[in-house]
Amino acid sequence: METHHSHSQVKGVSTGTTILAVKFNGGVIIGSDSRASMGESYVSSKTINKLIQVHDRIFCCIAGSLADAQAVTKMAKFQLSFHSIQMESPPLVKAAASIMKELCYSNKEDLQAGFITAGWDRKKGPQIYVVSLGGMLLSQPFTIGGSGSTYIYGYVDAKFKPNMSLEEATQFSTNALALAMGRDNVSGGVVHLVVITEAGVKHIVVPGDKLPKFHDE
Amino acid sequence: MAAALQYPANVSSFNSYNDLFPDWTQKEVSTGTTIMAVEFDGGVVMGADSRTTTGAYIANRVTDKLTPIHDRIFCCRSGSAADTQAIADAVTYQLGFHSIELDEAPLVQTAASLFRDMCYRYREELMAGIIVAGWDKRRGGQVYTVPVGGMMSRQPVSVGGSGSSYIYGYVDSNYKAEMSKEECLKFTAGALALAMERDGSSGGVVRLAVITEQGVERQVILGNQLPQFSTV
Repeated sequence: METHHSHSQVKGVSTGTTILAVKFNGGVIIGSDSRASMGESYVSSKTINKLIQVHDRIFCCIAGSLADAQAVTKMAKFQLSFHSIQMESPPLVKAAASIMKELCYSNKEDLQAGFITAGWDRKKGPQIYVVSLGGMLLSQPFTIGGSGSTYIYGYVDAKFKPNMSLEEATQFSTNALALAMGRDNVSGGVVHLVVITEAGVKHIVVPGDKLPKFHDE
Repeated sequence: MAAALQYPANVSSFNSYNDLFPDWTQKEVSTGTTIMAVEFDGGVVMGADSRTTTGAYIANRVTDKLTPIHDRIFCCRSGSAADTQAIADAVTYQLGFHSIELDEAPLVQTAASLFRDMCYRYREELMAGIIVAGWDKRRGGQVYTVPVGGMMSRQPVSVGGSGSSYIYGYVDSNYKAEMSKEECLKFTAGALALAMERDGSSGGVVRLAVITEQGVERQVILGNQLPQFSTV
């Protein structure tokens, strides 16, 4: 999933970013950096939150134009809560992802945003869905996105194992984000992680000075 | 760019979607690639993939991108195939002459400086990213990177080419100082295999070279012998 942050002159604030989601034994972790940039050289926010809660156990993270992403997630949140009330049960993660996909596909000419939707539901447990720029919907055991993701494809391909424990998955996510933030100049700040399981939702923040350091730092 | 693009006469230069002509007739030959070199105590390990592309066509699937410049000095080439071959030929000549004048083996830094001088002087016309590595008596194993633009910098580990973006994270997390020769070989082969999986312009086989005081050992790892990482 690519982010076209080169369009930021036209679209304003853009989340040149690194986002990821990974399934582990019993849940999912969804994570991101916290930088928003305008153009290549101005950091418009050091502490932006890119992990949007669209329902109790479903989160989305956004890459691309911040404006487009906020508009889509707001609409999706509304439609999802309405759907959930009608069905009288918590929504499926796939339902949330499908709503995002419908919005992205129908408005593909005007939108410039991609999403990772991750969460837990009773039917299929932990799941991760990717909605890419043109509106494709794909389910994956783990996924990375945003401009910083290019630098960590090798790392995640080598390090991911299915059915990791919570500790292993947290370490994997933190390391991957730290490595990407180290190489991508439009990703940075702190690492935000959200752990979603049947029991609930936990938000972890890893500040800059607590991030793992690598050989040349 | 140093190479001239030959268009068939009745194809508009601005129309790259003309279905009458396949895109490889209009694209320059490029070593879109993944190259890498690592220093260890006593020498260097260099590695490269083996794919050369003209647009979507793979012009050579068994390319050798590890080019000898002198007895114990090699370079890895990425960017325009024509540009890098021409530069390597020129530097090989200059270094050979210099070595005869000196009556001793040339330094790796000298080779890297020659690359840098040429890449910087002609930076507007060239598209070449080169990693120079080798062994000399004064400083042992050394790796110098000369990326597009003509900067030169010595680094303990260096990656280059289009596929290198995908393995920065892997290299940053897996590199340790003072690895042995075997560890360096495994590290290089692993990194190249990962890049080749993700980069469309990299692929084929992995070519490795180890340069030490004793000489140069070359290896090829075929496609079906590459380290496997996929679990999905």
